[in-house]
Amino acid sequence: MRDSRGVPTFRAVTTLDLAAMLQRHGGDATRLVQILHEVTAALGYVPPATITELAARLGVSRAHVEGVVGFYSFFSAEPQGRFRVRFSDNITDQMAGSHALCQRMLDAFRVELGEVSRDGLVSIARTSCTGLCDQGPALLVNDRAIARLTPQRIGAICSLIRGEVPLAQWPENLFAIHSHVERRDRILAAVMQPGEGLAAAVARGAAATIAELERSGLRGRGGAGYPTGAKWAACAATPGPERYVVCNADEGEPGTFKDRELLAHHAELVIEGMTVAAFAVGAQRGLIYLRAEYPFLVAPLLELLERRRVAGLLGRAVGGVAGFAFDIELHIGAGAYVCGEESALIESLEGKRGIPRNRPPYPVTHGYRQRPTVVNNVETLAAAALVARDGADAVRGQGTPKSAGTKLLSVAGDVARPGIYEYPFGVTVRQVLDDAGAVGSQAVQVGGPSGTLLAAREFGRRIAFEDVPSAGAFMVFDQGRDMVAVVENFARFFAHESCGFCTPCRVGTTLAAQMMTRIATGVGSRRDVKDLARVAGVMKAASHCGLGATAGAPVVAALEKFRPAFDQRLRSLDVVPTFDLDLALAPAREATARDDLAAHLDEEGP
Amino acid sequence: MTDAPAPQTFQMDGHDVAFAPGQSIMTAALAAGRYIPHLCFHPEFTAHGSCKVCTVKVNGQPHASCTTPARAGDVIESDTDELTQLRLNLVQFLFTEGNHFCPSCEKSGGWTLQGVAYELGMTTEHFSPLFPDRPVDASHPDVLLDFNRCILCELCIRASAIHDQKHVFALSGRGITKHLIVNAESGRLVDTALALSDKAMTVCPVGVILRKRQGFAVPIGQRPYDRQPISAVATAHPDPEDGHE
Repeated sequence: MRDSRGVPTFRAVTTLDLAAMLQRHGGDATRLVQILHEVTAALGYVPPATITELAARLGVSRAHVEGVVGFYSFFSAEPQGRFRVRFSDNITDQMAGSHALCQRMLDAFRVELGEVSRDGLVSIARTSCTGLCDQGPALLVNDRAIARLTPQRIGAICSLIRGEVPLAQWPENLFAIHSHVERRDRILAAVMQPGEGLAAAVARGAAATIAELERSGLRGRGGAGYPTGAKWAACAATPGPERYVVCNADEGEPGTFKDRELLAHHAELVIEGMTVAAFAVGAQRGLIYLRAEYPFLVAPLLELLERRRVAGLLGRAVGGVAGFAFDIELHIGAGAYVCGEESALIESLEGKRGIPRNRPPYPVTHGYRQRPTVVNNVETLAAAALVARDGADAVRGQGTPKSAGTKLLSVAGDVARPGIYEYPFGVTVRQVLDDAGAVGSQAVQVGGPSGTLLAAREFGRRIAFEDVPSAGAFMVFDQGRDMVAVVENFARFFAHESCGFCTPCRVGTTLAAQMMTRIATGVGSRRDVKDLARVAGVMKAASHCGLGATAGAPVVAALEKFRPAFDQRLRSLDVVPTFDLDLALAPAREATARDDLAAHLDEEGP
Repeated sequence: MTDAPAPQTFQMDGHDVAFAPGQSIMTAALAAGRYIPHLCFHPEFTAHGSCKVCTVKVNGQPHASCTTPARAGDVIESDTDELTQLRLNLVQFLFTEGNHFCPSCEKSGGWTLQGVAYELGMTTEHFSPLFPDRPVDASHPDVLLDFNRCILCELCIRASAIHDQKHVFALSGRGITKHLIVNAESGRLVDTALALSDKAMTVCPVGVILRKRQGFAVPIGQRPYDRQPISAVATAHPDPEDGHE
């Protein structure tokens, strides 16, 4: 399988010719993340000597390469197992029994979580949500995803690993990913012929296409809701020798899997949207930043890009438009949630640690390679393609005044029918719950951990930018669920995914996770509850990007809406010493030859 | 520049502060003798805004003052109880994250973190210390790296990359596991190109990068922040030397 630059992706090789491999990447250090994927596929990890050689051949410092390896969850400078198993650790996986299944595998191989078996056969770890929440529990083994885990499936996987059966020879049905579309509207029901959207945009003209998009009221579907037309206009208005269109397919928000569905079954629409964007802003190159947790999408996407090249819809004179050259390459992420933030994503595309940039300047003026760049979410691009073809009024006609069009929701958790639901904006939470067959729900986390935690009394609220905005996650918790455990899972997620750039997020997420774990395991105190609120406040006020700014939100919301669940778990009103203070004074008593009352701590006080 | 236009101003804590084009809120405020507590900012390097201790409110919204361009007419709050509490918590976060033992520290009285902590009235780190395991690197004949004190301000990284053109230091890991690394396969400082004359030797605000055999050249009690608060030192000399003058 080859991407647009003829670079093989996710090749299974057993030996590594570094020089030949780097030549295929044009010796380009900005392709470092892709290069490290190939090294990992071949060797299972990135050995220190390979880091040294890579740095020398790419003309960058060794420490830079080591820093990139150390940043991404899916790279390691330490030897890993020949089979690298990662259990998805979203709360929905946990609710479906993932921890017990993980333990079953740990026991089978007598290995500790996060460690490599003595024979180097297998390493087993947990990873953040892999986007299979409608069919969890799920895991990744090397670069393949497996859903719908059961004790039987775990047994089968253990046997295959023990037999050292190459992944290519594992039964294909293990890797089947199901599609659960439960409600279709404008986007999921759309049938678009390749090139249809582009032809409409060309007929209208570039400036008029942007104007049409602005008139449609389309806002970014990644969560922030920035007006898409304004973004394109700003990029088009910035002078520069080249411009870029980036499709943000780094769908990392736990509980979200709608981009997976779009790219699996509606990728034509998404690529059409990228091509329309390129025509409108005058871009020559497009990049899809696909999260590594979706390896099953790589081959179909590369095939689709190739088909469009053959059809004249990528390459030179795209769609028959003289002078419109545009092609798209696929870039694979490496297990870092923060790269969903557009400037961190660009850093990652440039082969660096995914640290959000200081803004301004924004990517529309200084993006990929410091050039004007449009970064849009997968769903936004699909909606934009429809605006190009059908005009603004078709989108305006649906949704609410401030939230035009439809929204894809990824519904998971305690519902009878998990899956993708597309609604016009403005749908109530209760409507979604009813449609998905939820019974006795006590809470819904809309938009994932960084979104909004709603209690039952708020189920009349609406999914819309002016009420409850959502990037797409919709996780349902019934009365039997422990909301403290839910929030603890979220707190651990943020601590794991903080990039570590700024103090409030780096330290704050860790302190919050520690305090939540103390409370969840029954050794928390009232002081922990108080400090949680304080830490959340510091993160919200001072963090560098949205990750830290929202990391405390679920904790704060849960403390407000589910306070009894916390109070029940507190061991005491105040701090309880974890050691015997009086006993600790024994050596001092012995040294001073005293054992009178005054030499003992008196609980009652004088 | 001699033909500069009349300076524009913003308002900070009720005072007009003049600024030149291109200045950040931080650089303009320091030039005007108005101290904003900071750790990762250094006047000789491009600000990157990671410590967030210099957070101010710009027209009511919090922003890092070192990376926010000064803008005419903006209303800045800096010396308020709310922001002092925020900065205090951030400094407490840093004390919690590393291993900081002031009474026995060679840098006591001369290092920025402690100076800022005193300035903010910190008496305890408040949160449960993380007590990370960070072995020192004593491999170099002339330099000791004590990672226990590192606050990840990246000043040594910036100095080595931009000023020394050596890239001796970098970061690896992520989140709370983020840590300073050196540019060598062995992971040891002795195998890097670091020289005593490097700028990177002089910029550490906490005392990670120490010259061997030079301890306690200035007695504790006579060091910069023993004599006067860091706010006075920083506004008198924007780039205070540490205790080795």
